[in-house]
Amino acid sequence: MLQNLWNSRIQCAAVILFAIGFSTLLLHRNLLKKIIGMNIMDTAVYLFLTSIGYIRGKLAPIIVEGATSAADYVNPIPAGLVLTGIVVSVSVTAVMLSLTIRLYDRYHTLNLDEIYANALREQEAQT
Amino acid sequence: MSFCLNFPLFSVVASLMCAVISSVVSGKAARVLSLCLTSIISMTSAILLFYVLSTGETYTYLMGHFTHPWGNELRISLLEPLFSMVFAAVMFLCLLGGRKQLLEDLQPDKRNLYYVMADLVQSSLLVLVYTNDIFTGYVFIEICTLSSCGLLMIRQWGRTTLAAVRYMIFSLVGSGLFLLGVVLLYNITGHLLMPDLKQSVAALWEGERYTVSLTSSICLITVGIAIKSGLFPCHFWMPDTYGFATPSSSGILSGLISKGYIFLLVKIIFDVFGTEVFYASGVQNVLFVFGALGIVVGSVSAMKEKDIFRMIAFSSAAQIGYIYMGIGISPTLGILAAMYHILTHAVTKPPLFLAAARLCDTCDGKRHFTDLQGAAWANRLAGVSFSFGAFSMIGLPLTMGFISKYLFALSGFHANVKLVPTLIILAISTVLNTIYFTRTVLRIYGRRQTGNMMSLPVRQQPSFAAVAVLFIVLNVTAGVAASPLIDFLQRGLELF
Repeated sequence: MLQNLWNSRIQCAAVILFAIGFSTLLLHRNLLKKIIGMNIMDTAVYLFLTSIGYIRGKLAPIIVEGATSAADYVNPIPAGLVLTGIVVSVSVTAVMLSLTIRLYDRYHTLNLDEIYANALREQEAQT
Repeated sequence: MSFCLNFPLFSVVASLMCAVISSVVSGKAARVLSLCLTSIISMTSAILLFYVLSTGETYTYLMGHFTHPWGNELRISLLEPLFSMVFAAVMFLCLLGGRKQLLEDLQPDKRNLYYVMADLVQSSLLVLVYTNDIFTGYVFIEICTLSSCGLLMIRQWGRTTLAAVRYMIFSLVGSGLFLLGVVLLYNITGHLLMPDLKQSVAALWEGERYTVSLTSSICLITVGIAIKSGLFPCHFWMPDTYGFATPSSSGILSGLISKGYIFLLVKIIFDVFGTEVFYASGVQNVLFVFGALGIVVGSVSAMKEKDIFRMIAFSSAAQIGYIYMGIGISPTLGILAAMYHILTHAVTKPPLFLAAARLCDTCDGKRHFTDLQGAAWANRLAGVSFSFGAFSMIGLPLTMGFISKYLFALSGFHANVKLVPTLIILAISTVLNTIYFTRTVLRIYGRRQTGNMMSLPVRQQPSFAAVAVLFIVLNVTAGVAASPLIDFLQRGLELF
């Protein structure tokens, strides 16, 4: 059991990181911290993917002199998935940040509860 | 004729190109481009549908002729062209019908950007429907999330921006879980293409290897998609999101986007896990329970709501509950009912949002129930359209809603233990639906109060009129001629 845990320590760390990011994203009231939480969550998944895609002693998947067999290289797909994932999370972060800027300009706070209260008040004033 | 197998890929590329072109042209040109795009996609999907029907086979479209396990693939059977046709048609009608509010809500120099987002949503819906690669599914889930957030936040209200933030947070939680599920699955199988995944998953399940990882992957993927499509208890983003978006966006978000995710889930159930493994994992019971709870909670919240848009949005939460309840009942009739209900909801909810917006227009944009007294007399077509949508949601005969409820009840009869809860939930939900929708219909047809009503009769917009009539015609056609459609769906599910 302990041996298994030790063998998959990186994956365990990734899952713990995922949980940290997940709970930050859901439970924190501060918008910027939420965005940071989201990034931690995504990074945890990439760590997980990278760690399962890496095999000790194998070469990066670029053909070099002397190593002709496919067994000499690691599988390039996990790295490709990580790159795609990073692109996705960068764009998601950009959209979230732009929304945050717009809310901050309007309500001058980053606390989601206060923003909600202000928005309700604003709507009541309109009707 | 086999040329039309290229249509899905062409449609996706065309939507992406249109999005790029729309970003540099005027708002009007972008609008025309979007409308042309959606109508052409709808037509080409119809042609593809006829082709697949005539040959009766399913096709795998290899991109760049790379065979599995390396290439990326699209899959074309009966259901994919049907759903892409319906989705594109509803998208077209939503964009056309909400034109007046769009003109009011969008800043003049940013009108084209709305259509950029709409084109991106269209492309991602197409990919969610056609893809045969689970990671491509994930990427387009994210594109769909981002572009639908764009559709939402284009209205510059404080509540709308806040709703967009909430929507994003829940969506990100959902897609994070989905991604982790996909990675776990890749970890134990080494594949991303659905047919290969299905073989490996079946072999693993047979040999009882990695069952914990497999079950967690099933849970993560299902829960991720359930959160993104707004299943109880994660439906709290819905009322604000649908309620404060511009009506076209509300229609697209509630009628299409959440349904695109659910279509992908059904596809994953059939093509990745296989119904046997999925229904042996026990996840379907969780979906059944939360779906049933969602129906009741959504309906009760809708009953308590005083804002007409938020009421319709809560009703959406209840309808999502129906779909998940169907998936939870059984892999045959249950999923058939769920698929039919996806279509029902896609042609019923958008006209409700569009008509409600026109009704609110007659009383100076007020959205509270008491202000809407007699609004239907000022805009008769909107009144008829709203009432018809309401009747379909209640499930009166001749509408699609009736057939949906009939199918759910029927599927309940074939699932021993779940029969009684299904029937009870259906009965409760019908009563609650009747209460809140009838109340609204009576309210809008009530005696007009002078004072809070605009004295001038509303000038009918031809585009809205056409859209309202088309939605009603679609609904009645699919409600009256239901048996060919049901047979078709059944064949489609067998071929899936």
